[in-house]
Amino acid sequence: MQVPKFWREIPRYYRLEAGKCDQCGKITFPSRLVCPECGSREHSKVHLSGRGTLKTFTIIRIPPDGFGDQAPYAIGIVQMDEGVGVMAQITDCDVDALSIGDTMITKFRRVREEGKTGIIMYAYKFVPDVGV
Amino acid sequence: MKDVAIIGIGMLKWGELWEKSIRDLCVEAALNCIEDAGVDHIDSMAIGSMSSGLFTGQEHLASMIPDYLGQRYLPAVRVESACASGGLAVRNAFLEVASGMSEIALAVGVEKMTDVNGGMATYALATAADQDFEAFHGVTFPGLYAMLARAHMQHYGTTREQLAQVAVKNHANGTRNPNAQFPFAVTREQVINSVLVADPLTLLDCSPITDGAAAVLLAPVEVAHRLGRHPLTVITGIGHATDSIALVDRPDMLHLGAVAHAAQRALAMAGKTIQDVDFAEVHDCFTIAEIMVMEAMGVVPPGQGGPATLDGMTALDGSFPINPSGGLKSKGHPVGATGVAQLCEAVMQLRGTAGERQINNARTALTQNMGGSGGSSVVHIVEVQ
Ligand SMILES: [Zn+2]
Repeated sequence: MQVPKFWREIPRYYRLEAGKCDQCGKITFPSRLVCPECGSREHSKVHLSGRGTLKTFTIIRIPPDGFGDQAPYAIGIVQMDEGVGVMAQITDCDVDALSIGDTMITKFRRVREEGKTGIIMYAYKFVPDVGV
Repeated sequence: MKDVAIIGIGMLKWGELWEKSIRDLCVEAALNCIEDAGVDHIDSMAIGSMSSGLFTGQEHLASMIPDYLGQRYLPAVRVESACASGGLAVRNAFLEVASGMSEIALAVGVEKMTDVNGGMATYALATAADQDFEAFHGVTFPGLYAMLARAHMQHYGTTREQLAQVAVKNHANGTRNPNAQFPFAVTREQVINSVLVADPLTLLDCSPITDGAAAVLLAPVEVAHRLGRHPLTVITGIGHATDSIALVDRPDMLHLGAVAHAAQRALAMAGKTIQDVDFAEVHDCFTIAEIMVMEAMGVVPPGQGGPATLDGMTALDGSFPINPSGGLKSKGHPVGATGVAQLCEAVMQLRGTAGERQINNARTALTQNMGGSGGSSVVHIVEVQ
């Protein structure tokens, strides 16, 4: 991934910055210029709480270029408490113990190092919420 | 709008074709097609390719391919909608003919995938997903469909055996297709016990990496009559629809909305219902995909795709045969070529020239081509008239 492209997404990757429609309240991640629900173009910045429920997941055994040193790794879709879905890796856990319906929280983690540009990319990952 | 017939089809044996370049593949399929149709000219060309740039470094196919086909100065366009690029190329050629802009229009689909290593191919395919919010996290295409499979199993009770049966059935059909990349039979045990790619999907749940091309020639029905084409195969319905690129943005990720809309539009245009269809070629890029497509098109109610497959409904001798060609699973999946090859199979079945895999008395065919994790889909209805 190119440096400007990563830099541009930092508010999303680092702070879970989302959009909230001023008209109908729909939350989108990333934010959009047009609300997919009501078509309104007025929206405000909000930050996701980072908590949600695991809807589905998989374990990537054959990774794409750039993730070879990490496989196997878990990746899943979490329905955030704000209602919007977010996809990310699931880490710091026994992947064989994961179940649909588990409560997840986001943590700030290293996603990958880019070989060509040398940038180290950080973003949210999910970990099971074990209540500590 | 003119009524549009398919007057020629061009296929070739697919596989890991190291000795053939992307231009060789396109020209071979196109020449087979022009010879099949017996025409002396074409008026325009649409080329479907998902990512010739990442797979071969070559863009601008709209210049290269007509030239190498001996058609310099021909108006040509390259269209892209990920793995639905081929179906979209046929739609483009249909619009040329239906509108009267072209009398005879050629659609070619192609992908040359084996010049790059596996990691690069996996990366190139993943560009059909949301780059910044899906692929960024290291998800692959098998990974996206694996997440759908796990959710489908949890929600509907779909079983590992039902998923495997899709591969078993399609490989059984593929043993009867001389153009298939992997024309061998597999058992449910082999599918379930093959190496895990993305849990719960194994290698034999996935369509392969393939080099290949396919072509169809379209013309107004009156031109097809003049050429003495018999039986006449007519495109009576086309449906095309899109959906969110990211799985998380769909209200129900187990419902393939683009497929449902595309199928409804194609059937409405043809004045048909899904029950009028005699057989279908559908986009089984993964075993779970065929099951979800059946449900989205209304072949079975939601959640019934797995049980129906295990019961033999979609087998060659079942009540609703799906993928008589062997599907993407056995025939191979050169992504841009797949949607065009589906129409080649439909025409072979309707002409009665499908050999050992012939479906008796097939009059109405449906083809369904899909991009990404369901972000786009093109459906065609083809009838014998
Ligand atoms: Zn709104």
